[in-house]
Amino acid sequence: MSALLEVEDLRVTFPTRTGVVEAVRGVSFSLGRERLGIVGESGSGKSQTGRAIMGLTPPQARVSAAKLSFDGLDLMSLPGEQRRALRGNRIAMILQDPKYSLDPVMTIGRQIMETLRTHEKVGKTEARERTLQMLEAVQIRDPKRVFDLHPHEVSGGMGQRAMIAMMLIAEPELMIADEPTSALDVTVQLDVLNILDRLVADRGMGLIFISHDLRLVSSFCDRVIVMYAGKVVEELKASDLGRAEHPYTRGLLDCMPRIDADRHPLPVLDRKPEWAA
Amino acid sequence: MSTVAETRREWLLSERPASRMQARLGRAYVTWRRFSANRLAMVGLFIIVALIVVAALADVLAPYSPTIGDLKNARLLPPSAQHWFGTDDLGRDILSRIIHGSRWTLFVVVLVAIIAAPIGLLVGTVAGYAGGWIDAVLMRITDIFLAFPKLVLALAFVAALGPGIENAVLAIAVTSWPPYARIARAETLTVRNSDYIKAVQLMGASPLRIVLRHIMPMCISSLIVRVTLDMAGIILTAAGLGFLGLGAQPPLPEWGAMIASGRRFILDQWWVAGAPGFAILIVSLGFNLLGDGLRDALDPRSGDQ
Amino acid sequence: MTSMLRVDQLNVVFDRFQALRGVSLDVGQGESFGLVGESGSGKSTLLRAIAGLVPVASGTIAVGGQKLGKKRDKAFYRKVQMVFQDPYGSLHPRQTVDRLLQEPLAIHGFSDGEQRIRRALDEVGLGSGFRFRYSHQLSGGQRQRVAIARALIVEPSILLLDEPTSALDASVQAEVLNLLEQVRRDRELTFLMVSHDLAVIAHMCERLMVMQNGEAVESLAATSLATRDVSQHYTRRLLKASEGFVRT
Repeated sequence: MSALLEVEDLRVTFPTRTGVVEAVRGVSFSLGRERLGIVGESGSGKSQTGRAIMGLTPPQARVSAAKLSFDGLDLMSLPGEQRRALRGNRIAMILQDPKYSLDPVMTIGRQIMETLRTHEKVGKTEARERTLQMLEAVQIRDPKRVFDLHPHEVSGGMGQRAMIAMMLIAEPELMIADEPTSALDVTVQLDVLNILDRLVADRGMGLIFISHDLRLVSSFCDRVIVMYAGKVVEELKASDLGRAEHPYTRGLLDCMPRIDADRHPLPVLDRKPEWAA
Repeated sequence: MSTVAETRREWLLSERPASRMQARLGRAYVTWRRFSANRLAMVGLFIIVALIVVAALADVLAPYSPTIGDLKNARLLPPSAQHWFGTDDLGRDILSRIIHGSRWTLFVVVLVAIIAAPIGLLVGTVAGYAGGWIDAVLMRITDIFLAFPKLVLALAFVAALGPGIENAVLAIAVTSWPPYARIARAETLTVRNSDYIKAVQLMGASPLRIVLRHIMPMCISSLIVRVTLDMAGIILTAAGLGFLGLGAQPPLPEWGAMIASGRRFILDQWWVAGAPGFAILIVSLGFNLLGDGLRDALDPRSGDQ
Repeated sequence: MTSMLRVDQLNVVFDRFQALRGVSLDVGQGESFGLVGESGSGKSTLLRAIAGLVPVASGTIAVGGQKLGKKRDKAFYRKVQMVFQDPYGSLHPRQTVDRLLQEPLAIHGFSDGEQRIRRALDEVGLGSGFRFRYSHQLSGGQRQRVAIARALIVEPSILLLDEPTSALDASVQAEVLNLLEQVRRDRELTFLMVSHDLAVIAHMCERLMVMQNGEAVESLAATSLATRDVSQHYTRRLLKASEGFVRT
């Protein structure tokens, strides 16, 4: 399986009033056409990793990498315009809360059409047709009605599905999902994940699933990397999660309350300073 | 020497303040650093500090008397080494008049701020927190005051109360509070539904306590910024009233009145009106720069606050 | 077991939207009772109605056997306290921890404030170095500890917990849940806890009620969750969802 994305020694640093903050400190991994989960708590640098790949790091931060290549293209040395052309077209990103990531003043249909027409030369009628098809593909039952609705007029789950539709319509090869289901109810989460799963499999896409939920990620993805304090502390196959070796991964698994295990008090993570070294 | 400054700075920025005083000072220090990083804001601060110093030391700084002039020899002299800003039609040194006039400027600005800001703050927070008919009544009263152009309303008040700088101050204060009420009310509405206010309600705090101790502190920064930015306008309104003869009365060296009396000579002896006009310009600019700087430094959204 | 908190056929209406529909529950003294549901289930509304933050359309609420009226009095606030969900919103941004803890003491007229504050901080595992910090200088877990300290400083008997750990990282959540359990044991408190996370409720509570669309779906013991001894379809769905993603 040839590598779709190769990341080597990725570093992201932010200047602040009190010094420099290293959000990502030497992250390396490669991704084929598979589902990779990046798990970490807040401050682990997982979101910044995703954004660095997309090229969406805030301008005041510094991004560096020994290698950051997508399908053979060196993303670090690519001129701005070409990088932008990749975005949305070949690499897409879904964010956490559709309330904040969809344009509130445009109808859902129009936003999706616009995304399509930005990347492909299609006429309005064809764009509309394909948008409706895409809305059906994410299991929105009445696509014509939802086409004319605004983001605030639909539920969270439907908004997220619309976002997926918008990101997949240009048929990207790589999808980065940053906490795509964290803002959704638990029953809706599974519906959305099912849709995402099917679409990714059907199109042979690569997926990076960023989340704080280790259990969810390990049940959804093929491989998982665990991040702590800007570094990768463990990389393993999702099915091997029970045999995780790094104490942070084990600690993270253990500290979650479980319905069928009654442990009082809950085992607490004993953070060792050498994990962040 | 540097180590003393360093340890003091460390103490202020300490992550574990050991007393209320240390925490408060530390926070003030952070705000000061943010403010002083802004060059223009420092220029504004310098101007205002200069204004205060000049006003305080007017008697010492002024070379001549501001009220007694040499009618015989020194009428309408152009700027020179003896009279930096020249003299007016009554032979008075304009520089000295401007220096003494700074006291009146400060007088007007401070009094208006002291009277108008608390009224606006109280009306706005009470209206915003109480809601319902109290809010409606207070806001309609505010709207009525806002409906009149400031200068016209001030004129009406002064005309009713009689000319004089004290009445001018009162008139301006009465017309200045409505925008502060609006700002305070807007902030209160934002803050009213937050969890920390609910938490205090759940402790059994009375509405008065909540408004005074929990809501007002949140409105103060916006208010300070707005008041500072308004000061330029207040000076100009006072100058306007003085210009119309309804504010400071002669021989008070109030800058607006000076422009008024210098109007007659503007073509040939421009300095009589020009110098006080320039003084107003500089001070207004100073307040504007200061206000902008305060807004950037006090903005609660920017991280540290 | 004496009833500590009792709700009978509660109805809450917001602008013609029925947020709570005939909800009843009964929590015994020293018990930990959970409310589980998704968004729109009304679980938080129920908590707020008990606290008096939300007006009630009909139905009764009784604390310690006494029925509550429209308004709550100071005596109520000494008995019942609440911990909010968002640690970043429940502490006043302009007040130090010390000032935050002083407020309930001042309102209720406690005299030995200094001692109480120190003890409160100790109890939640925060040292004296935290006393004069502002809330933006604290992490999420630390803020939530301060919120708990603030709730406990007036020595209530009932604690209402509105998703107290939902906004925290998993590792911090474990610490805060352990703290809550310890505090409950030490002070013999009665808990009414709201969460969308079934596992958290199963861990913290002895009994729970599942809610959906403003109505009570099912009341059951936490142990029944582990044995999957549930009667309602919706409860079963929630249980299934909490197990994670299953590829179909």
